[in-house]
Amino acid sequence: MSDKSHDELEPLGLVDLTGPHRSALVPLPIASALPLAAVEPMPWRELRSAIVAAVAYGGKLMALFGHRAAGSDSPAGSAWPDLWAVVHLGARDQVCVGRARLTAPRFDSMTPELAQAHLFEREIAEQFSIDVLHHPWLKPVRYPPQPRPVVGAVAAGGVGSGAFYEIEGPGVHEVAVGPVHAGVIESGHFRFQCWGEHVHHLEIALGYQHRGVERALESGPAQRRVHLVETVAGDTTIGHATAYARVCEAVAGTVTSGHAEGVRALALELERMANHVGDLGALAGDVGYLPTQSFCGRLRGDFLNLSQQLCGSRFGRGLVVPGGVRVGAEPSLRRELLAKLDAAVADVDEAVNLLWESASVMARFDGTGVLTKLQARELGVVGPAARASGLERDARDAFPAGTAFAWRAHWEPVTERAGDVAARTHQRAREVEQSAATIRWLVAQDDAWQGPAAVPCGTLPPDHIAVGIVEGWRGEIVHVGITAPAGGGFCRYKIVDPSFHGWSGLALAMRGQAISDFPLCNKSFNLSYCGFDL
Amino acid sequence: MPVPLPEHLPMPPPGAMPAILPPWVDPRSPGAALLHVVLLVLVAPLLLGIIARVKAVVGGRRGPPLLQGYFDLVRLWRKGMVRSTTTSFVFLAGPVVALATAVGAVVFVPLADHGSVFAFPGDVVFVAGLLALGRFLTTAAALDTGSAFAGMGAAREVQYGVLAEPAFLLGAMILVKITGHRSLAGLLGGPLRDQWPAAAAPLALVAGAWAVVLLAENSRIPFDDPNTHLELTMVHDVMILDHSGPALAVALAAAAVKLAFWCALVGRVALPLDAGSAPLNLAVSVASVAVVAVVVGFIESAMARLRLTNVPKLLVSATLAAGFGLLLAGRPPM
Repeated sequence: MSDKSHDELEPLGLVDLTGPHRSALVPLPIASALPLAAVEPMPWRELRSAIVAAVAYGGKLMALFGHRAAGSDSPAGSAWPDLWAVVHLGARDQVCVGRARLTAPRFDSMTPELAQAHLFEREIAEQFSIDVLHHPWLKPVRYPPQPRPVVGAVAAGGVGSGAFYEIEGPGVHEVAVGPVHAGVIESGHFRFQCWGEHVHHLEIALGYQHRGVERALESGPAQRRVHLVETVAGDTTIGHATAYARVCEAVAGTVTSGHAEGVRALALELERMANHVGDLGALAGDVGYLPTQSFCGRLRGDFLNLSQQLCGSRFGRGLVVPGGVRVGAEPSLRRELLAKLDAAVADVDEAVNLLWESASVMARFDGTGVLTKLQARELGVVGPAARASGLERDARDAFPAGTAFAWRAHWEPVTERAGDVAARTHQRAREVEQSAATIRWLVAQDDAWQGPAAVPCGTLPPDHIAVGIVEGWRGEIVHVGITAPAGGGFCRYKIVDPSFHGWSGLALAMRGQAISDFPLCNKSFNLSYCGFDL
Repeated sequence: MPVPLPEHLPMPPPGAMPAILPPWVDPRSPGAALLHVVLLVLVAPLLLGIIARVKAVVGGRRGPPLLQGYFDLVRLWRKGMVRSTTTSFVFLAGPVVALATAVGAVVFVPLADHGSVFAFPGDVVFVAGLLALGRFLTTAAALDTGSAFAGMGAAREVQYGVLAEPAFLLGAMILVKITGHRSLAGLLGGPLRDQWPAAAAPLALVAGAWAVVLLAENSRIPFDDPNTHLELTMVHDVMILDHSGPALAVALAAAAVKLAFWCALVGRVALPLDAGSAPLNLAVSVASVAVVAVVVGFIESAMARLRLTNVPKLLVSATLAAGFGLLLAGRPPM
């Protein structure tokens, strides 16, 4: 690290978006693709300033990844990857793409100004052996099995290896949990720095479930791709499959029917309800409150069964395909689903009200694991966790799918304020109600359910970039696809699961908490390990 | 100068040893008392089954068999055992001493009106010491593993133990005041039922304080969740995480016998019923133990766990309740 590069850092966020930096970010209309040539490579300094400025003005960094351009788009001898950034400018539908060309295997970190970039930058360092200068905590993200030469503070070794943040002092001790956990839980390592029961710091090391999904999507046969994305996070099958389908449709220029949009929205809300109800029961279980735990365990099954009735799979496997959905939902089926849904929702209401009425439960939930609105915003936390902290961030509001249903007129995100376990629990309960209302509204729009269940998704043209954004039950899912120079497939496919930033939020929420409250906090976020590990 | 004892305490005749057994115990049937110890130890795993069944029924489930506790012990006993190379003999001494002290404590508990197998004035303090010894070895075995989890559990166990003991001893002092006896067999024996009409308030406070201690000592909700798999939240179970096979079976058996001991204690104070004849009284006595287990099951079905940092508050409340009971019991008779 040289001092020179330090001097090159831009001052914090003082860039006017209407000025010359505007050109660093190219608007990308939702549901359409941009030719790569339309996104001019910038020096990283310019792109970095533009991103920092855009986020300072209320935007969000949706994705930042490296892509080593090959073939037609790249000048011969480009040894280092281009950095691609997808930025949400804050307002509805305003997504921009930027691209920076590196001239050396290093770049200045923007994490000091933009905390939500920290994992993206670590990921780039890990995947391309690029040094990220001035990054405060440059460690691997996933420890891929065939590590490239590591750089900076990155230590070689297996998953979870390398330095952990440590504190020292009388009475301070370290507690290491995982990667093997009791119960049916995915693998992850948690390192607590404790003073008695008091947690000063939590560091989370993941990567144990890294399967190389992104690489498989870039190289594997096209027919397998939709099944791969369905398993990015098994509990978010519909969410990830829909995001993938939207990328394909945007690149191919396919317009799906209103019927397909309706089925997708229906399945997405059913997935949300099943998972939220399961979480509400699990939250009750974590504090040893049996009534709600028992009820919700059964009720989650009711919602899964609705998915099964809709498409034959309790988890929505095989429903969403590029171009539409594999099975449609006739009006009679829609009404039948709605009737069963109303019965289940009434039961959920009853079971969940037991939580609010039980003083012993609320004593545990209230004030536990607070994630402030500022922290949630700075870390780029999404989904129910962000909304429970008061952040009005919902992709159903910002990027509604299709035009058949008048989402804009109907939609209103629900938020909480406190940002504690109680708020995240309440947020889930309210989102279940909201999903039920949404399904009622969807089913009532008989005129919108037009057209065939699926139309053929055309072939993917070469050298285009498109994004697919879906509000999965855990939050905003972002897929970015860059099609291969030969066409027909992707040469880079980037998945940003809502858990990607969520884990940082959990680590921050645990500061100053009792270590015995960690499982409860963890459950209130209920993040995905495999969605993070990819 | 000797402190004069209150008049209603039965004084041993000068020069004589204090009576081993309270006067209403038929000295010709010590076998009956021994039967009660065997009964209480054997019934201990059933109590766990009763609690689990109550929780299941309240939750609308069928639940495990009532005898699951026995099945578990047999299954574990037949398994092999894995021991960390860092552990010493203390690791195995923990469960063994815990079981021995729990059974030892049960020896002093009277069931029905037959008294206990063994009694001497002041054995209440001895029993408290036995339980403390079991706790000490359990926590020492936990620390022996060197695991951060077990260490946290041991710290919690000791902290709560320190706060639970005063509640137990203050409760015993109330009973000494009321009954005039100084052995557990005397305190919890027949005369207690005659004292309920006159001393209902302090006796109810004893029952309440001891019920809280029961829940804390036996890792029940709201102090601990015996069903959780989350190591970071456990108190008792996290200390025996590293035990396996027969050692785990012994640790679980110790926990079950300790539960039986506390259920018998609370049952004797709260439900000292007289059914008329000795066999019926024995049945009532055993039933009262089961009733306490059922109540524990209902408590676990209806409330959530306390935040661990709030546990000391509840234990101190139990101590205060017992202290208040002592004041009530100590007032001059009206």
